[in-house]
Amino acid sequence: MASVRGAEPAVTEEVARAQGLTAEELDRLRSLLGRDPSYTELGITAALWSEHCSYKSSKVYLRELPTSGPHVLQGPGENAGVVDVGHGWVAVFKMESHNHPSFIEPYQGAATGVGGILRDIFTMGARPIACLDSLRFGEIDAPRMRFLIDGVVRGIGGYGNCVGIPTVGGETGFHRCYDGNILVNAFALGIARRDHIFKARASGAGNPILYAGSRTGRDGIHGATMASESFDAESEAKRPTVQVGDPFTEKVLLEACLEAMRGGAIVAIQDMGAAGLTSSTFEMAGRGGTGMVLDLDRVPLREPGLSPYEMMLSESQERMVLVVRRGHEEEVARTFRRWGLEVATIGEVTATGRAELRWHGETVADMPIAPLTEEAPVYRRPAAPPADLAARQAPPEVPQPADPRAALERLLSTPELGSKDWIWHQYDYSVRTSTVVGPGGDAAVLRLKGTAAGLALTSDVNPVYCALDPRTGGAQAVAEAVRNLACAGAEPVGLTDCLNFGNPENPEIAWQFREAVRGMAAACRALGVPVVSGNVSFYNETEGRSIHPTPTVAMVGLIPSLAGLPAAHFTAPGERIVLLGRDRGEHGGSAYLRLLHGIEQGRPPAVDLEAELRLARLLRRLVGRSLIATAHDLAEGGLAVALAEACFGRGLGAEVDLEGAGLAGADLFSETQARALVACRPEAVETVLREAEEAGVPAAEIGAVGGAALAVRSGGEAWAAPVGALRELWAGALPRALGL
Amino acid sequence: MKCGVVVFPGSNCDHDVYHVWKHVLQQEATFLWHQDETLKDCDLVVLPGGFAYGDYLRAGALAALSPVMAAVKRHAAAGGLVLGICNGFQVLLEAGLLPGAMRRNASLRFECRDVWLRVERDDLPFTRGLRAGQLLRMPIAHAEGNYEDSPERLDALEAARLVAFRYTSPAGELDPAWNFNGAARAIAGICNPPGNVLGLMPHPERCAEEVLGNIDGLAILAAAAESLRSRPPLPPPREAAAPARLPATTAAAAALPAGR
Repeated sequence: MASVRGAEPAVTEEVARAQGLTAEELDRLRSLLGRDPSYTELGITAALWSEHCSYKSSKVYLRELPTSGPHVLQGPGENAGVVDVGHGWVAVFKMESHNHPSFIEPYQGAATGVGGILRDIFTMGARPIACLDSLRFGEIDAPRMRFLIDGVVRGIGGYGNCVGIPTVGGETGFHRCYDGNILVNAFALGIARRDHIFKARASGAGNPILYAGSRTGRDGIHGATMASESFDAESEAKRPTVQVGDPFTEKVLLEACLEAMRGGAIVAIQDMGAAGLTSSTFEMAGRGGTGMVLDLDRVPLREPGLSPYEMMLSESQERMVLVVRRGHEEEVARTFRRWGLEVATIGEVTATGRAELRWHGETVADMPIAPLTEEAPVYRRPAAPPADLAARQAPPEVPQPADPRAALERLLSTPELGSKDWIWHQYDYSVRTSTVVGPGGDAAVLRLKGTAAGLALTSDVNPVYCALDPRTGGAQAVAEAVRNLACAGAEPVGLTDCLNFGNPENPEIAWQFREAVRGMAAACRALGVPVVSGNVSFYNETEGRSIHPTPTVAMVGLIPSLAGLPAAHFTAPGERIVLLGRDRGEHGGSAYLRLLHGIEQGRPPAVDLEAELRLARLLRRLVGRSLIATAHDLAEGGLAVALAEACFGRGLGAEVDLEGAGLAGADLFSETQARALVACRPEAVETVLREAEEAGVPAAEIGAVGGAALAVRSGGEAWAAPVGALRELWAGALPRALGL
Repeated sequence: MKCGVVVFPGSNCDHDVYHVWKHVLQQEATFLWHQDETLKDCDLVVLPGGFAYGDYLRAGALAALSPVMAAVKRHAAAGGLVLGICNGFQVLLEAGLLPGAMRRNASLRFECRDVWLRVERDDLPFTRGLRAGQLLRMPIAHAEGNYEDSPERLDALEAARLVAFRYTSPAGELDPAWNFNGAARAIAGICNPPGNVLGLMPHPERCAEEVLGNIDGLAILAAAAESLRSRPPLPPPREAAAPARLPATTAAAAALPAGR
């Protein structure tokens, strides 16, 4: 090893610990190398073995998730998952967290979250066509929260709008547990021809390694290790670890990559995301079982004087690494230059299985690749339920509403259940002319151009349920996503997830994680949904206070024909309203108890996977036969909130009689699962009820669309709320809370 | 009828316009690269939406100086049809092909939503088939669509009847609550005096197919196709005596004055 080590700090246990490597991990590295690592080698290893890159605390549980299915062409392990959606097309999708950077610097944190997930998609050869964002903020009156909300929303818009990828949906929630650690989970989906998928597997000794895109600067160094630590009072000092995004460069990089891929000279391609040049090159060689030589003198730099350590760990954005068939470098480089991008050949693939990094005529790192990437440490962390679990799950006292109408009005006035229009009007949701249903419904719907088919997208999780019972909460997130897709007539083809948790070294958190994943796995199996990609974000805590477990699920479904697509709202007076599913008066973790009574206690609503499957099949059948004009899933706030939401779309009222269904009082807000509202023409009611009976789904006609008020008869009482006034409360909830 | 859709590196509605012209209207369409110096015999040139060169400076300011714009100016001067949508409208203003300028939206936020437009001119190549006073529903998606000019110049614009579309309420009334970007006199689109150059902020190409739930925008593109079909061909474009060679790099272009 070269004398450059003299210029680098000496490697000690303390230096290793500062980079996130334990003493045992340092020993493991020493024995892999057969000597002490250099400082650069230590930095590379710390990044590759960081929780963010290696999944070392989550791997043992993630293996329990089903990852294959009839549509799956690529499961977890690549930049994104790939599922076949017919007509020769595949959908490529993934979700990723950008929680830590967004809390430190919201605009750039959220913007580069979008940038990173888009690169994961076009790296696979797919053109991104849609984004979703699942956001969790603290209470709006918490310190910095308005600044964080504003910055995150602007950041997502500022990046996605410029690249020209529509943000078609997602979800936004508010809870005290995120006051010190917000969540920004960005999802992107692209489409490609089935035979045109690119992977990140370096092969062919002698093939050149090209670098394309932005130059490398000092921003984002240690981003991956930062994302693997908790927050404390020093977090503000970590702002330099947040990258700065340039969506224009992303846009030209996208076009240049897709154009270059059409040329047939690209063997493998990978974006530089977390841990930049390190993870991109090591992972490509690791997956391909090859080695590489990198000449760091050729890496395009934004400023002179970057050390090998800084070059390998910089997280400057909008950069790509490509392995190109030997002799075709110039042809590929021409494409990138045409788009105004810089290209450099920075090394070549070797058969040695080692990474050899050269700089100023010296070797600054020489490490075996596969042991670092494929055999990273794996931990089965001690797991134990929280001591107060029984108390948390004790059945809560459920206060009856003195006035159900007032309770509904108060719920609709909260930012949690109020309209999120203020957010999504800042996102371009209609560019690319594929958006059939944009934000605000149950699932977003995109057409698949040139076919009659469509794709439905949704993202779901209820963190309060997950906090009370992570296993049920994990299953519920999957079940609700399936239900949302079914309301658009879509059959799920795959899901991606973003598992946001606290510190896994805390046994309670490890238990939450294990339970949530097991709940998800059970639901995925029962409902036939494979997990094709995903991301784990641990250490979401500030000064010892952890967030609620938040396993966000984003699911993609296939709609065979858009012809009979129902709306999530009522569309015509006179249509009959049918309630599918049966209430069981479940209030544990409900919005009614939490938002109106400050109670967060009890077991969350049970998830009956058989009932969910029957309901989803029924909904798909009703949509497929064009029998219903409206389908809307029951979720937070139960039937009362679902009815109000269904009225808002066109400002149509509804007259509903719940005496027969036996629903009254607090149960109007009960959150029993496996339920949905549908509306149909009067002459179709009989068929709908018969279909429900044949499907084994309880169904009851509860009223009709019409009038200017939501009028409800239940429990011997009758009340009516003018739709216009309700809508105003709901529409203004978020702007009012933000003080706009 | 051949439509050329200009592709600046940051255009992102180029494919959308191309798709409508080619697959919905079934007309010939081609892309024109921002460094092209000719228009490949296109009858209609569309400057599409997007962020031409990133728009980190004023939207459209750099694009106005690109090589293709010199050709677009010659095409416009010869009476050829030019349509600027959203970012394309911003480029037309910056290039001096239409008067006025864009400010940030009054909300200081990006606004994406459906708006109502009142047709003010039904005698343009882009509006034949529409009726003055007719309302169209169309999406907007922009951060800088707050049209502005001096009161005198706005008066002159009105007097010359160059306002083609205005934002209105669903009832067709001028109403600040329905003018989402705060544009002066609710101006959504304007044309040049001969009427062959039109710029508008809303996106007709995003509402031109039944599956998207709205076809109000199709009328504008269909009118352009119909106008081209029914009118005599243009004379061959006059080559500029010494076409001003503009710097190829955006960095150099940024150093030039905006030229207005």
